[in-house]
Amino acid sequence: MQRQTAAGRDVPAVAVAAMRYRWPGAARDCLAIEQFAVGGGERVFLRGPSGSGKTTLLSLVGGVILPQAGTVSVAGQPLARLSAGVRDRFRADHVGFVFQLFNLLPYLSARDNILLACRFSAARRARLAVRGTSAEAEAQRLASRLELGDVLHRSAAELSVGQQQRVAAARALIGRPGLIVADEPTSALDADRQQAFIDLLLDECAEAGAALLFVSHDLRLARHFDRIVDLAQINQAAVSGEAAA
Amino acid sequence: MTPLLSLSLRSIANRRLSALLTVVAVALSVALLLGVERVRNDARDGFAQTVSGTDLIVGARGGAVQLLLYSVFHIGHASNNVSWQSMQRVAALPQVKWLVPLSLGDSHRGMRVVGTTDDFFRHYRHGEGRALAFAQGKAFAPAPDGLFEAVVGAEVAARFGYAVGQRIVLSHGSLGGEGGPRFADHADKPFTIVGVLARSGTPVDRAVLVGLEGIEAIHVDWHGGAPIPGLAIGPEHVRKFDLSPKSVTAALVGLDSRIAVFRVQRQINTMGEEPLTAILPGATLQELWSLVGVAERALLAVSALVVVVGLAGLVAVVVASLGERRRELAILRALGASPPQVFALLALESVLLSLAGIVLGLGLLYGAGALAAPGLAATWGLNLGLGGPSAGEWRLLGAVIAASLLASLVPAWRAYRYSLADGLTIRI
Ligand SMILES: Nc1ncnc2c1ncn2[C@@H]1O[C@H](COP(=O)(O)OP(=O)(O)O)[C@@H](O)[C@H]1O
Ligand SMILES: [Mg+2]
Repeated sequence: MQRQTAAGRDVPAVAVAAMRYRWPGAARDCLAIEQFAVGGGERVFLRGPSGSGKTTLLSLVGGVILPQAGTVSVAGQPLARLSAGVRDRFRADHVGFVFQLFNLLPYLSARDNILLACRFSAARRARLAVRGTSAEAEAQRLASRLELGDVLHRSAAELSVGQQQRVAAARALIGRPGLIVADEPTSALDADRQQAFIDLLLDECAEAGAALLFVSHDLRLARHFDRIVDLAQINQAAVSGEAAA
Repeated sequence: MTPLLSLSLRSIANRRLSALLTVVAVALSVALLLGVERVRNDARDGFAQTVSGTDLIVGARGGAVQLLLYSVFHIGHASNNVSWQSMQRVAALPQVKWLVPLSLGDSHRGMRVVGTTDDFFRHYRHGEGRALAFAQGKAFAPAPDGLFEAVVGAEVAARFGYAVGQRIVLSHGSLGGEGGPRFADHADKPFTIVGVLARSGTPVDRAVLVGLEGIEAIHVDWHGGAPIPGLAIGPEHVRKFDLSPKSVTAALVGLDSRIAVFRVQRQINTMGEEPLTAILPGATLQELWSLVGVAERALLAVSALVVVVGLAGLVAVVVASLGERRRELAILRALGASPPQVFALLALESVLLSLAGIVLGLGLLYGAGALAAPGLAATWGLNLGLGGPSAGEWRLLGAVIAASLLASLVPAWRAYRYSLADGLTIRI
C-alpha cells in the first residue's frame, strides 16, 4: 500500500553523487557527499547538529543552489542540467517544502496558502485533474484530513503555530509531488504535538506515495521512519572539518 | 499565468496604511506637477491672448516690448506721442479695416485712464476672440453728448465700489489719486460712469475708459503738465473749443486679411512723415513671456523635484518592508518562484503603488480643477481647461511613469539579490 507505483520504486526520489558545495565567500566546503539517496516513496530521517549543513543540502535538493561538483538528481533528473527557470518550475512540480517556522504568507488565507503551490505549478494541477479533482477540492480534502477544515478561510497570521505547520504540510502535499522535504518542521511545536505532526506527515506521504526527507537535530523524533541517516557520516567536509578542529 | 499580480495586490493590502500614505504622497506630488503645468500653460495662453483679434499695435518709434507694455498693459510711458494726422494716414492704408486710438497719461486713483473711441468696445478681443462685455450700463456716447462719460473696468468698480451714475474725477499723469498732489486733479470736470465692464482677466479690468475728446477737454486749460495760471474753463464752456485730438499714444489696428500683416507693418514702419513702430501683438507677447516665463519654469522644476521626493519615499517604504519580507521571498522560492519572478513581484508592487498615486493625483487635479475653475476664471482670468491631459501633460505623466518604473527597480533588484543569496534559508 505504501509504495504504490512501480516507477516510484525504481527511480530514487533523491540521488546525490560525488557532490561538493561551498557557500560563496566561505573558507571551506559546507558539504562533500560521495553518495546519498532517498528511494521513491522512502521516508528518511536525516540527522545533524545545528549548522552542519542540513538546510544547505535541502537547498541543493530543491535546486535553489547548485553544487560546485558532482550531481544532485530529483526523480531521476540531474538538476544542474536544467536551466535556472526550468529548475524553478521543476522544484514547484516535484518537491514540497515544509520549514521550521513561518511557512506561510501572512497576507493570504490558509486556503490560498495551500493553493499557492498549485498556482506556481501546472504539473500539480494536471496531476489533480487526472485524478478527477480540482485544486480547491483537494485543498478542502487535505484540510479536513489535517483537521484544518474550519480555519481554511482564516488569515495565516491568525493561526496557531501547529495549525500553520499543518497548512504548510497541506501545501507541500497538494498535487502529489514525488518528494516532500521537511526542515525541522516540529521545532516550534510543543513536545506532545511534535510526534503527532510527524505521524501525520508520514501518513500523508504514504497516502500520496511521496518520499519524505525529514531533517532534524533531534533523534528522538526518528521513530517510524524507514531509515535514519547521520549527516556527519556522509559528509566528508564535516569529518575533515572536525579533524582539523 | 503566475499569481504575481494577485500576490502583490494582497501584499499591498496587508500593509495598507503605509501603502496608502505613500500613494497619497505620490498623488499629491503628481497633482502638484500637473497642476503647475496646467496653470503655467493656461497663464501663458491667457497672457498670449491678452489682446487677440488685433493685428498690429502702432505707436511712436521705440522698442516692441515697451510699446506693448504701455499700450496694452498700461505699464510705463510712451517716449513720444503720435500725431493725429499720422494715425489718420495709417487708418487710410488700403488693408486697414479698423483703427482704435488709445490716449494714455491720466489716471484715476492709481488706475490708468484710457482715452479711446467707442470702437474700442467693438474691436478689443481677448482669449479666443472674446469681446468685452458690460456688467452694467453701456459704452460712453461719442462727443459731444458723451464728452464726460466714462466706462470703468471690473477691478476699478470692485475696488472702489463704483456703479453706473457715479461721478469720478480724473488726475493728470499718474500722480493723482489718494495722497497725490491736489493740483493734479481735473476736479473741475468730473466724469459720470455710464458703464461697468465684466471681468476679462486683462489690463482693461484696471482701466477707466473715456472718449478721446474728454481727454482733450480736461486739458484745454492746461499746458506742459500744469494748469495755466488764471485760466479756468468750466465744463459748460469747454464744448465751444475744438476738442478733436491732436495726438494719441498708440492705436490698435485690424486688417482686412491677416496675410497682409507683414506688408502693412513694413509700410507703417517706413512711413516717411513721422517715425512709427508697428508690432504684432502675439509675437511680442511671446517675447515678453519668455522674459517673465523663467519663474514658471522654475516652479515646474520644483514640482518635478517634489515628484522625485514622493517616489523616493515610495522606494524607501518598499525597501524597508523587504527586510521583514525576506522569509516571504524564501517561501516563494521554495514554491517554485524564480528570481526573475521575485524581481517582478517587487517591481509590480512599486509600480502598482505609483500608478495608484498617479491615478489618484489625476483625480485630485480634476477635482480641484473643477472646484477652483470658476474662482480662478473670475479672479485671475485663468481658464483652467478641464479637458483631457494636454500633450505636455502626457509627456510629464510619461516621465513620472518612467521615473516610477526606474524607482521600482531598486526594491526589485534587492529582492532578486536576496532570493539568490538566501537560498532556502529562512532568516528570522
Ligand atoms: N545563505 C547562506 N549564505 C552563506 N552561508 C550560509 C547560508 N546558509 C547557510 N550558510 C552556512 O552554511 C553552514 C550550514 O548552514 P545550514 O545549512 O543552515 O545548517 P543547518 O541547517 O544544519 O543548521 C553554516 O556555517 C552557515 O553559516
Ligand atoms: Mg537548518
